[in-house]
Amino acid sequence: MDGFWQTLDHLITMQTLYIVILMVFLGIEVISHVPSILHTPLMSGANAIHGVIVIGAIIVMGKAESGNYPALVMGFMAVFLGTLNVVGGFVVTDRMLEMFKKRK
Amino acid sequence: MDILSRDIFATDILAVAYLIASITFIMGLKMLSHPETARKGNMIAAVGMGIAIVGTIFLSNDSGEYLSNKLWIFLALALGIGVGLRSARTVQMTQMPQMVSLFNGMGGACAALIGLIEIYHVHSTETSKLLAITAGLVIGTISFSGSIIAWGKLTEKFGDKVFPFQQYLNIGLMLIILSVAGSIIFSPVINPVTLYLELILCLVYGVLFVLPIGGADMPVVISLLNSFTGIAAACAGFLYNNKAMLTGGILVGSAGTILTVLMCKAMNRSLTNVLIGAFSATPAHVKGTDDGVVKEVSLADAAVMMSYAKKVMIVPGYGLAVAQAQHTCHELEKALEEKGVEVKYAIHPVAGRMPGHMNVLLAEADVAYPKLLEMEEANNEFLTADVVMILGANDVVNPAAKNDKTSPIYGMPILEVETAKNVIVNKRSMKSGYAGITNALFYQPKTSMLFGDAKQVLQKLISEIKAN
Repeated sequence: MDGFWQTLDHLITMQTLYIVILMVFLGIEVISHVPSILHTPLMSGANAIHGVIVIGAIIVMGKAESGNYPALVMGFMAVFLGTLNVVGGFVVTDRMLEMFKKRK
Repeated sequence: MDILSRDIFATDILAVAYLIASITFIMGLKMLSHPETARKGNMIAAVGMGIAIVGTIFLSNDSGEYLSNKLWIFLALALGIGVGLRSARTVQMTQMPQMVSLFNGMGGACAALIGLIEIYHVHSTETSKLLAITAGLVIGTISFSGSIIAWGKLTEKFGDKVFPFQQYLNIGLMLIILSVAGSIIFSPVINPVTLYLELILCLVYGVLFVLPIGGADMPVVISLLNSFTGIAAACAGFLYNNKAMLTGGILVGSAGTILTVLMCKAMNRSLTNVLIGAFSATPAHVKGTDDGVVKEVSLADAAVMMSYAKKVMIVPGYGLAVAQAQHTCHELEKALEEKGVEVKYAIHPVAGRMPGHMNVLLAEADVAYPKLLEMEEANNEFLTADVVMILGANDVVNPAAKNDKTSPIYGMPILEVETAKNVIVNKRSMKSGYAGITNALFYQPKTSMLFGDAKQVLQKLISEIKAN
């Protein structure tokens, strides 16, 4: 158990904890006044933002040893799917919002 | 500069890139919540994402050891961009909700794959890293299979499946998932059998979690799964101590949860109710209104009614979306206006499959903003409307929500179309709506039914109106 608390200490420093708490409040604050007509684009935009997971996939892929085929194949899939999430998410959101824009 | 300080410099630059990305995510979400800035906000967040991705590829290093396999990374990126662009550009506006669900599932799968690889790279004493990995794996996998089921339900590939003791089964399964997760985290060696057992359990849980929830509640579910994937991304952020992933993930996790709550509020239902499937638990709640007589109206009569009306209100619902009738609907509006009829749209906050779904569709068809009325405003306007035309909407105009305490949708705010002089309802059949309950509105003397596909009916109606 000592190892647990040591690594926990190392990993979740107070700084990280502050970031998490602040982001939770920020997330609530930022969207609490959104008009219902924007719910769908907003959901789609948020969907694109969590595609930031692709960074993790890139790191995994970049660290995989050249002979480790399972890691390479899964890493490749992960980067592909993550990119799909990012690109698809932003483009779909833009297409939705483009339609609102025409009105002005 | 010697090698070492160059690497430290790269790390510092990358930290700034991640800071920029985090700021763009916050600004992007903020701007997305205002109509004038929304599109720009989306672009800003996309630029920040691009900076973070490019920075990671070239600058990420572990004391001088940069990322390898760059060729494969670029290939996967190019493939993702190609497929992503293609599918996002070709998808029809009516299919947007399921597309969002599908992209969300891809993000969940990405998180799960990262967990599957990384779990072999940490030492068994690094318990907190194992915790982050396992949490990301579990949440990502549930989000993946749940999103796929939500997608399938929205494309009507599968229907609602309710079986007895489902909730208990789900709770039991969750407990098993948690205990297997505990054994993965605290056991000295990673047993592949346990790992893949956990994976399968999570896949099954995602399926069982979404399958019983009614189609009308899918927006809530997608929004919830969206925030799940956000949390999975944040877990990976913990693992790599990566601030961009951490802030982006937590931000989406919390914003997604609030959006879910807002959606539930619009339907006047609690999240617990949605999740344990209270709607589908009472599938055939028939309240003695079935014996009434339904009055059908001919196209010609409907056309005359509308042409000589002073004010016509249109209530769009999912039927309009499946029939792809938004453009035809706009044509009807123009044809009526040429006859001097005032036309307005009444938009229920949860009409269609997602909040705002109808606004997006009608905006695509060039319907002017000021003509789209939100619920409260619309309810005032119904009082002076001569004809209300309901296009494939059902539960959102069901008076049972107001006056039948035993109804499962009791308490949900509805569009009070009954206050208008005449109501014309276009539906494909007498089938009940997603809540699975009958609608007393259809049996009222002032209501006439116009059966058929929304697009075909509207086309015929337009030619009748023009001939008048």
